[in-house]
Amino acid sequence: MKETAIDRTVGIAVYAILGIVLLLVLYPLVFVASASISDPLTVSKGEMWLLPKDLSLVGYERIFTNKEIWTGYSNTILYTVVGTAINLVMTIMAAYPLSRIDFSGRHVITGFIVFTMFFSGGLIPTYLLVKSLGMMNTMWALIIPGAVSVWNIIIMRTYFQTSIPNEIQESAAIDGCSNLQTLWRIVLPLSMPIIAVMVLFYSVGHWNAYFNGLIYLTDRSKYPLQLFLREILIKSEVDQMAGSMDLSVQKHLMEAEAIKYAIVIVANLPVLLLYPFLQKYFMKGFLVGALKG
Amino acid sequence: MNTTLAPAAKPVKARHTRWRVFRRSLRKNWDLYLLITPVIAYFLIFEYFPMYGVQIAFKNFIAAKGIWGSQWTGIDHFKRFFESYYFWRLIKNTLGISLYQLLIGFPIPLLLALLINEVGNKHFKRIVQTVTYAPHFLSTVVMVGLIFMFLSPQYGIVNHIIVFFGGKPISFLTEPGWFKTIYVFSGVWQGMGWSSIIYLAALAGIDPTLHEAARVDGANRLQRIWHVNLPGIMPTVVILLILNVGHIMGVGFEKIYLMQNNLNIESSDVISTYVYTRGIVGAQYSFSAAVGLFNSVINFILLVLVNRFAKRVNETSLW
Repeated sequence: MKETAIDRTVGIAVYAILGIVLLLVLYPLVFVASASISDPLTVSKGEMWLLPKDLSLVGYERIFTNKEIWTGYSNTILYTVVGTAINLVMTIMAAYPLSRIDFSGRHVITGFIVFTMFFSGGLIPTYLLVKSLGMMNTMWALIIPGAVSVWNIIIMRTYFQTSIPNEIQESAAIDGCSNLQTLWRIVLPLSMPIIAVMVLFYSVGHWNAYFNGLIYLTDRSKYPLQLFLREILIKSEVDQMAGSMDLSVQKHLMEAEAIKYAIVIVANLPVLLLYPFLQKYFMKGFLVGALKG
Repeated sequence: MNTTLAPAAKPVKARHTRWRVFRRSLRKNWDLYLLITPVIAYFLIFEYFPMYGVQIAFKNFIAAKGIWGSQWTGIDHFKRFFESYYFWRLIKNTLGISLYQLLIGFPIPLLLALLINEVGNKHFKRIVQTVTYAPHFLSTVVMVGLIFMFLSPQYGIVNHIIVFFGGKPISFLTEPGWFKTIYVFSGVWQGMGWSSIIYLAALAGIDPTLHEAARVDGANRLQRIWHVNLPGIMPTVVILLILNVGHIMGVGFEKIYLMQNNLNIESSDVISTYVYTRGIVGAQYSFSAAVGLFNSVINFILLVLVNRFAKRVNETSLW
């Protein structure tokens, strides 16, 4: 089949538009990376616009000497690891039974779970509940509410249903495997793509969360990284917008600016490192589940 | 537990067989029931109990007396909310931001997916996907931080560019008129790639023979996109549209709260941030629970209505 003129034009337009989109998305990311290793004064004058200029690592130096940031960092790692482990176990515990056609009552249970996606008691009753359970100002307040996501249960259930042949499970049962043994020995080893995706979703969620910390934590030594980030990136900026500028504080302000760029890089490093490894699973895992679900 | 939804015609027998099936399953799969029990307990405690607890919206909640012991006040809190100065401002902002977002944020990922799907060069395709997905993984705090950095009146690159071309720096973040635009377009920047994944998957599922047939019939590329690809992913589009419309009153708290300040509050105050400042910060539990409940109920009704509408028009629905 020959390409017509319209086809060719469409082809060129596709590449052109996507090229622009690519630049628009990429530019801010490159800018931040470059700004983080450039001299803050140069950056704030607007003299650095793409590549690093007047190299300086003052932002990173300030971060490495800031104790609170490291407190936040280690808290976040703890919350992310524990939280993701609980999320994953809970998701599997719900998704596997619901994936079995011989599990009577699964429609009722699915309905019971899915309903919560569309209606909820809201922030205040949940807050009071967490408070009355004595979880205020503990890491559990960031982990237990939201211990499992309905959406992810559905994705995982659908993956179990569609990607793992029923015959294998049946023959395992005939060979004397109990349901749990089948899950552990047959189903889970075959579900690594979806497990990888779940780990990614949940861990990024924990890594990036700030809201539960904001409402449930009062003790600064328990703050996750994002709450310290909020102070550095956002509160200071608001103060700056409100007040007028004095030249004597300029140097201090410049350093504050440098910290901002550097902290964005430092805070996102784990996610950035994880992302390329897990990306290949998106299509395999997430999509199979999401589409058919 | 009575789990039947059988029609009234032959209820007794149907219920009997269902019950028997359930008992047999219980005996054979007792371990699966055991497995799912903690999850059910979780949903009962952390999702359903708050729904029960939302009755404080109709009471005067006093912590010492608990949910049970507090005095009923009927719909006083709702009345107070509807009559308050903030009511219309909150509705206007919540709806305004949502509709703006729906209008801009909904079609863009769809277009992006259609474009990516047309790319023949594998490497280019992969680069586009990798790059556009990446911002999704930035946290809300970092995202808002980036917005502030780029739009800062003194230091931001955007204002440097404006000044370079002879303009006057704009104080984007303290100007109420800019708030919604910044919110929506930064959301597009962050989310368009990720949201396009689901459409890409749907596009991958379209039968290639349809394209062959269209080509044989002389359809050009544009026509094939319009007549083959678009109808092919329509069910996905409708489902996502339903979900989006269902959340139209549920503008997320996290990003708005961070972008909010005293100067732009006029156009940035939405229901969720109001519930937070009144309820959590101000400890007016009953009143803000009422505001939250009002919001949830509207959302739920919208979802049901849109779903019913979609079912009738398109035969696609959530349930």
